[in-house]
Amino acid sequence: MTDAREPLLQVRNLQLHYRTRRGTARAVDGVDLDVGRNEALVVLGESGSGKSSLAKALMRLLPRNLARFSGGVTLGGDDLMAMDDEHFRREVQWNRVSMVMQAAMNALNPVVRVGEQVAEPLRVHRGWSKDAAMERVVETFATVGVSRDFVTRYPFELSGGMRQRVVLAMALVTEPDLVILDEPTSALDVLTQASIMNVLKRIKREQGTSFILITHDVATSSELADRVALMYAGQIVEQSDARDFFHDPAHPYSKLLMDSVPRLHQSEPPGYIPGEPPDLIEPPTGCRFADRCPSRFGRCSEDPPAFELDGDRRVRCWLHEEGTDHDG
Amino acid sequence: MTAEEPLLQATNLHTWFELRQWGFLRVGSVRAVDGVNFELGRGESVAFVGESGCGKSSLARTLLGLHKPTHGDVIFEGEHLSELKGEARRQYLARVGYVQQDPFGALPPFMDVRRLLSEPLIIHGVTDRDERERRIRKVLEEVRLTQVDEILPKFPHMLSGGQQQRVVIARALLLEPAMLIADEPVSMLDASVRVEILNLLRRIQQERELTLAFITHDLSTVRHYADRIFVMYAGRVVEQAPVERLLDNPQHPYTCALLAAIADVDADNALEERAVPDGEPPSLLHPPEGCRFHPRCPQAMAGLCDRQDPPLFEPEAGHYSACWLQDPERG
Repeated sequence: MTDAREPLLQVRNLQLHYRTRRGTARAVDGVDLDVGRNEALVVLGESGSGKSSLAKALMRLLPRNLARFSGGVTLGGDDLMAMDDEHFRREVQWNRVSMVMQAAMNALNPVVRVGEQVAEPLRVHRGWSKDAAMERVVETFATVGVSRDFVTRYPFELSGGMRQRVVLAMALVTEPDLVILDEPTSALDVLTQASIMNVLKRIKREQGTSFILITHDVATSSELADRVALMYAGQIVEQSDARDFFHDPAHPYSKLLMDSVPRLHQSEPPGYIPGEPPDLIEPPTGCRFADRCPSRFGRCSEDPPAFELDGDRRVRCWLHEEGTDHDG
Repeated sequence: MTAEEPLLQATNLHTWFELRQWGFLRVGSVRAVDGVNFELGRGESVAFVGESGCGKSSLARTLLGLHKPTHGDVIFEGEHLSELKGEARRQYLARVGYVQQDPFGALPPFMDVRRLLSEPLIIHGVTDRDERERRIRKVLEEVRLTQVDEILPKFPHMLSGGQQQRVVIARALLLEPAMLIADEPVSMLDASVRVEILNLLRRIQQERELTLAFITHDLSTVRHYADRIFVMYAGRVVEQAPVERLLDNPQHPYTCALLAAIADVDADNALEERAVPDGEPPSLLHPPEGCRFHPRCPQAMAGLCDRQDPPLFEPEAGHYSACWLQDPERG
C-alpha cells in the first residue's frame, strides 16, 4: 500500500456519554483507533463494553440522552468532528462511511421491495434517477450473491441469510471507503455465517474496502481481521495485529478471553473469566479490569495509559510499562 | 450401550404441524420432526446439533410432552408418554427439567426468586414452607448462587444474564428430575459467561447422574459437554456418534460441511474463503425426495441419493450415518 502510514480513519480520545436516571454512563470513554486503507479492524468486546456505542459515535447516530460527545475523528484527512450535522449527513453518512446495524435484517421495511430499499441511499444522498440506481443495485446484489430476480421481492419472501446479504448490499451500494458491521452474523446459522464471511472477504479483496467489524465472537472475527481492538468498560485495552492478538495476546483480559474460546480439536476444556464487567456509570478508579485480573498488583489502582509495544501494539496495562513483556 | 434399560427412547418419532390457509383449508404439514429414533441412557449427556429450522427445538418440546407426536412415541422409564394422563403426566413433567434459551423470557417478571422457585414445589405438593425454603436454598447453592439471602428477594430484571440462567437451572433441578433438556442454554449469554454455565451444567449432570439432552447450533462448544452428538438436518438425525469420533472422523457430508464452516481461531482464517455448500435447508412442507441433503451435497450420486432415502448405516461401532456413501454394499 502506498499511503500505509496515513490511516483512512483516525480516532483520538473519543468520548460518548449518556445521561441516565442514575448518572452519566460512559459508554465510550477515551477511545483511540486507526483503520488503514483496505484494512479490517475487529472490535471485540462483551455486551455492555461500549462497542455498539463506538459504532454509533462514528456514524454520528446519537441518542437524545446524550451527555457528551467529543474527541477527534478524521477520515482520509478530513476532520469529521468539525463538520456540522447537516454537512456530515450529506457528505459522510452512507456516502463515505456506511453501517450494517445489529439485527438490521429484521429491520427491513416489510412493505417495500428490497431493491427499492437498497437503492434508497443512492436516490436520497446522491439524487440518482430510479433506473440508474436500480442498475447499480443489481450490480451490488451480484457482489453479495443475491440473484437479480430478488430485486422485486419483499423481505418476507427471503430467508435470513438472503436478507442479511440485502442489508449488506445496502451498505455497499454507495461504494463507501469504510463499512462498519455491527454483529453482522450473530443471528445466523453456521453455514450462512461462513458464506457471509466469504462475501466480506471477497469485497475486501476486490474493492479495497475497509471494515470495522464489531462482534463478541472471537472465532468468527478471525475470518476477516487484520487488526484487533479489544474493548472493556468503554475503553480499548489492547490493539494489535490479528496474528499477535490471536496467538500471543498481551493484556491479561485478552489472555483470559482467548482461553475462553472453545476449540474444536482441543483436549482441555475452555476457561472462563470470573466476575462481571464494572458499571459504566461509576467505573472503578484505576484499571477497570483490576477486580477480575489474576495479575493485579499495586500499580493497578492507578489508571494505566496505553503503552506502545513493538509491532504497532497498544496495551492498556501496567505490566507492559516501558514496553517490556513481563511473561517473556 | 449397556444392557440396562435406557431412560428414554424415541421410536419412529414424527411431529408434524398442520398448516391451514384462512384457518380451514389444509395446505399440508410442516414435518418438523420426521422419523427420529434414539435411546438416551441414564447419566448420559447428548447434544442435538443442527441449524435453525432443522427440528431440534420441536424435538425438545416433543420430549417434554408439549407437542403431541403425530406418529411414534416417547418411552420414558418404560412408560409411553402418549398414554400418560392427569397425575401420571404431572409426575413425568417433574422428572424432566427444562432449561430455556432465553433466561429472561423464561422467568416471570413479577415474581421474585423465592416466589418463582416456590411455585413448582407448591404445585407438586410440597406444602411445608420450611421444607420449601430448605430445598430452594440447597439448589441455589448447587448452581453457585451462594449469596442466597441476596438473591432470594430479587426480581429477574435485577439479575445479570448469567445469574438469570442459574435461576432457570435451579428451577429445573428443584423437583429432582432424572433428565434435563437444555435448549440452547447459553446462546443468549456473553462469551465469558457461556463456559461458566456449560461447566456448571456438566458438573451438575455428572454429580446427579442426570441424563442431559443439550440442544445447540454450535458444534465448537459440544466437545467438553456431551458424550454423544446427534446431528439433525431437515427433521431427521443424519449422523450420531460419540463426540470425539464425530468431530475427528465425520462421515455424513452435511456434518463435514458444518465442521468445515467453523474453524479454530487463527489469523490465517482471513486469507482464504471457506467451502460452503450452495443453497439452503429445504422446506419442511415439501422436503426433497431421497436424501434431504442431496440438492446441496457435493458428493450426491444421481439416481440414488435423489430417489432413495438412506437408512442409518453403521460405518464403525456406535457411529451411525444416514448417507449412501456409507452403504457397505456399494461397489
